[in-house]
Amino acid sequence: MEFAPFTGYVYPNEGVIQWSVMIVIYPYLTGLVAGAFTVSSFYHVFGMQQFKPVARLALLTSLCVMLFVPVPLLMHLGHPERSIYSMITPHLTSAFAMFGFFAAFYMVLLILECWFVFRVDNVERARNSTGLKRFFYRAVTLWSDDDSPAARALDHKLLLILAIVGIPAAHGLHGYIGFVYGSLKARLWWESDLMPIIFLFSAIVSGVALLMVLYVVASKLRRVPIDHACLKGMTYALWGFLMFTLILEGLEFANLVYKGKEGVDAIMEYVQGPLFFRYFVLQFGFGALLPIMIMGLLVALNIKGRAFVIGATICALLVLMNVLMMRWNVVIGGQEIAKTGKGLLTYHLPFWGHEGLVAAIILTLAPFGLLWVVTRLFPPWADPPRST
Amino acid sequence: MKNDRKKNPRREFLSATGKALAGLGVIAGGSSLLGAATGDAATESFPTADYDWTKHRWAYGIDATKCIGCLRCVEACKAENDVVRDATHFRTWVERYVYLEGEEKARVDSHSDPKNIAASGSEATYRFDNRYQDAKVTKAFFVPKICNHCSHPACVQVCPVGATFKAEDGTVLIDHDYCIGCRYCVQACPYGARYFIEEEGVSDKCTWCYHRITKGLQPVCVDVCPTRARVFGDLNDDSSTIREFVDNNPVQVLKPESGNGPMCFYIGIDKDVS
Repeated sequence: MEFAPFTGYVYPNEGVIQWSVMIVIYPYLTGLVAGAFTVSSFYHVFGMQQFKPVARLALLTSLCVMLFVPVPLLMHLGHPERSIYSMITPHLTSAFAMFGFFAAFYMVLLILECWFVFRVDNVERARNSTGLKRFFYRAVTLWSDDDSPAARALDHKLLLILAIVGIPAAHGLHGYIGFVYGSLKARLWWESDLMPIIFLFSAIVSGVALLMVLYVVASKLRRVPIDHACLKGMTYALWGFLMFTLILEGLEFANLVYKGKEGVDAIMEYVQGPLFFRYFVLQFGFGALLPIMIMGLLVALNIKGRAFVIGATICALLVLMNVLMMRWNVVIGGQEIAKTGKGLLTYHLPFWGHEGLVAAIILTLAPFGLLWVVTRLFPPWADPPRST
Repeated sequence: MKNDRKKNPRREFLSATGKALAGLGVIAGGSSLLGAATGDAATESFPTADYDWTKHRWAYGIDATKCIGCLRCVEACKAENDVVRDATHFRTWVERYVYLEGEEKARVDSHSDPKNIAASGSEATYRFDNRYQDAKVTKAFFVPKICNHCSHPACVQVCPVGATFKAEDGTVLIDHDYCIGCRYCVQACPYGARYFIEEEGVSDKCTWCYHRITKGLQPVCVDVCPTRARVFGDLNDDSSTIREFVDNNPVQVLKPESGNGPMCFYIGIDKDVS
């Protein structure tokens, strides 16, 4: 058995780092789900019209990513075939026992919401097509072809209810994952009351950033003009939420250092050594401070047009990296600091294998492959001249 | 009450115990299932006819001043419990604390230390190297470590399926047939007492040799200790060695601030032991 290199003293059983890159990918995907749903809600719940061009894309993104959320967990479990036990016989004191129920509830809610959002479109598509295609869209609408004003009004009403339930569900699911870490008292690096809130806000920024990138890329691929009001709205949202997230993360770290509990010496050695680049340079520097400054300049100098699109997209990509690093630094970082408080371990990411780099990259990108297919079947675009 | 029950392999026994516990609601009322699983005397003695876990409150004591670091306990535990023979899977291990002249903090090492592995010849045998033979040592001692079978075990709290559970007699056990292999319990244990068996996809840890103590024997690590640094027994029994150990010594537990309520009691450990 290979074991992680270490310095100082670590318990012998700590030699194998148990939660791998899959447990980094898992909260990353869940965060994207919650964040994308937030963007969708800007329009569907709060009626913010400038988000209309991405509202339906955001919803489909949330659904496609959510379908992959259980995958890293299943790939990580020693006995994935027994995962159903957590729903059949949940052990209710476990912070993780409710995951299956929360995830299933949210999945159903997302599917319902997508169904209502795309229902009228699908009715029209069924009418305008023949053969197998017609059968497909008829089946998708569950053989309902009522697109009367009364039916549409009912759709809107139900959608609003679903979206209102969906906001706490999406954020509850993600805050809950933050709680899984924050409540784990065995690790000083995780044990923080701020952890669920930080997970939540970093989820929102990752979702907004993702939608910015997807919207710009999709618009370029589809050769349609980018709606600047929409992109600007998302940039403002990203800017605001990112500043808040950065402050929360900074406060958490300050708390940890200022309290100076036993084991903080190892943490200080860790953040100044192996973690410095990942934490201060990538997560805080390039992932948060730089995009905050760039977005500040974009707003302050009232930059428009192509320069704004490029600047905003770069910021969004940096933020996506920031949140991935945050997940990595929490999940892997927490395990690299030994429970003895006297030593540090080093996680080595294998290249191949079901918990390796290649599997992680495929798993992170797979939802977007699915999204590409789904947007072909159910175009979410809101540009009037091209809509079907 | 002794019957002619055949020797039961540990896993089968734990599995039967765990299943019986999980299905308690179903089989309560003396259904035929219970009779089949535990014998006719089950209504009087649970979980088996010849062992009633409501009648015991097991605890463990370690006198660090007596430990000589021979590691018989580690070797015996690995053999008795079929623990993976490498340097990252231990149901029990021993830590060496050494204070050198002019140093305020202890130097600590154990079996995953490369120098100790080199001195042992492989990861399958265990001994401490002689790295301090020429050093000026001001204080040195060994600290045996083991699962603390806590009163409020964080590992049991976090298990999403209840595969790990606290038995009535105080031991914390794992049903390997129910463990999903999420390793949340491994993360939650502040003592590093749990590990993951990669080949079997389940978590594992010390059971205080449950297959032995339920038959009136001592855990193997206690049995083989040549200096009686390890003691084990029933706190309900006023004449037991553990009762005497706890009552007659100022005992300590590891990481009391964790709130887990460890049931391994130490004497003779120093400030740097965690």
